[in-house]
Amino acid sequence: MERYYQKEIECASREQIRAWQDERLVKQVHNVWDNVPYYRKKMEEKGLTPEDIRGVDDLHKLPFVTKDDLRQAYPYGLLARPLKDCVRIQSTSGTTGKRVVAFYTQHDIDLWEDCCARAIMAAGGTDEDVCQVSYGYGLFTGGPGLNGGSHKVGCLTIPTSSGNTERQIMFIRDLNATILCCTPSYAAYLAESMKEMGLTPDQIPLKAGIFGAEAWSQEMRQNIEETLGIKAYDIYGLTELSGPGVSFECSAQSGMHINEDHFIAEIIDPNTGEVLPEGSKGELVFTSITKEAFPLLRYRTRDICVLHHEDCPCGRTHVKMSKPMGRSDDMLIIKGVNVFPSQIETVLLGQSFAPNYQIIVDRVNNTDTMEVLVEMTPEMFSDQLSQVAEKEKQVVAALKAMLGIYAKVRLVAPKSITRSEGKAVRVIDKRKI
Amino acid sequence: MTIQQISVFLENRAGQLAEITTILADSQINMRALHIAETSDYGVLRMIVDKPQKAASLLLEHGFILSMTAVLAVTVPDEPGALGKILTLLARENMDVEYVYSVFGQVKDRACMIFRVADFKRLAALLEENGMPPARREELGIQDEQKGED
Repeated sequence: MERYYQKEIECASREQIRAWQDERLVKQVHNVWDNVPYYRKKMEEKGLTPEDIRGVDDLHKLPFVTKDDLRQAYPYGLLARPLKDCVRIQSTSGTTGKRVVAFYTQHDIDLWEDCCARAIMAAGGTDEDVCQVSYGYGLFTGGPGLNGGSHKVGCLTIPTSSGNTERQIMFIRDLNATILCCTPSYAAYLAESMKEMGLTPDQIPLKAGIFGAEAWSQEMRQNIEETLGIKAYDIYGLTELSGPGVSFECSAQSGMHINEDHFIAEIIDPNTGEVLPEGSKGELVFTSITKEAFPLLRYRTRDICVLHHEDCPCGRTHVKMSKPMGRSDDMLIIKGVNVFPSQIETVLLGQSFAPNYQIIVDRVNNTDTMEVLVEMTPEMFSDQLSQVAEKEKQVVAALKAMLGIYAKVRLVAPKSITRSEGKAVRVIDKRKI
Repeated sequence: MTIQQISVFLENRAGQLAEITTILADSQINMRALHIAETSDYGVLRMIVDKPQKAASLLLEHGFILSMTAVLAVTVPDEPGALGKILTLLARENMDVEYVYSVFGQVKDRACMIFRVADFKRLAALLEENGMPPARREELGIQDEQKGED
């Protein structure tokens, strides 16, 4: 039996959804025009006034917002409400220059948690369930988002946050957790650990998992489902838009329903910016039409995917998006964390290494691994192995501080990193997703 | 008193050592001692050659990263317990040995060890006191390249 958190919205007619979107978009455009000089200027540059946007059909006239805009506007430039109305910030995993700080009013948090609650109920959750949230809590949106959603559904919430695998497993077993929320790679790791402990699926109380924040394959889904004896559901979101719950999977497990009462999705050609016809593969663009504090109009996600408009057996009417098939820029997502090659360059220069490096990303036992090859320099070399090891350790620590994840560092001979036409190949992604 | 050791950064990859030995062989440079310290990913090749300056410039030309390190060569009777005597002596004096390795073959009918310590003067004096003067460069067959014997 399919469960819904807000059935009247999730299963509304397409006409109704369209009517909401038209009305809310117009209101949002007026809102940013009145309250965000940055948007007003961008619209003026295009010769637009709020009166030019009378509904979703006019959306394409609006300028895009990019990650660059967010960077320029950091921290308050896109804020549409006075700070006294804001109650929370969340932030992306990016660092200096790349970090995005998103603001929330209490209403924004309510709507965000509603979205997460929809995801939990679509995964079969009810107030009878025990929901273990093993996403990180803090600036990262994963923990707070699912935590709030779990409360709204009425689940008994176990806020374990990430890490400490033994304790995670202990709580799952002792408190009979039925729903697990975490990154798919961590789910795979937990599954593997439980298997090693000799636990069979019937000894594991879990029945569903909500996994997101990084790419994962169908094969990985099967693996997790079989080992834990659960159904594994995908969830998608961006801090810029709220966090997890922008879209989520239902029992059909064939794409994620976008919460269209809050977000309008478009697919564009990443090169020309033109809106592509229904069913095309292209860059996903979102407009948040209900956000109060941090509204984004036509935000370019850089995620490449396809929208599916056909009817879904689950009864939901909101459009479905495919799993992102790639990124339209150089950002890597490793263990759910955004990694830019330029960040690694910054670290190496800061440690007096030459910025000659190569990032090798792989997936070992369903967990992302990152190795950074660094070319040795005369300045860094020492006859003493312990001193070289010490420098290597410093780089590892600096990378961890910058990226928030562990990267193995391998010192290699000078000029040994492959260069093609004089330009080094910076990233080798061996993951098969 | 001390002699020049060449320390080369070695990436842990097939053919690195072969490349170095070939470069030296092509220029008729003879190796007198060799030692490798390694981790799983990289290592440091330490060697004593008969023409250190020439060897160093050749390796630099070939893109290797290296440094010249001062070490002390000590000859000891080629018999059981000889090295132990020196090490016991050092331990008694509380002197740390960073590393030690041996020279190929005999030097003047004696075995020869390469020592790296923090305080060479002290080590040299200690050995001298105990009748084991450090081996001179020429005793190891190292040429004085400053005089243009190249």
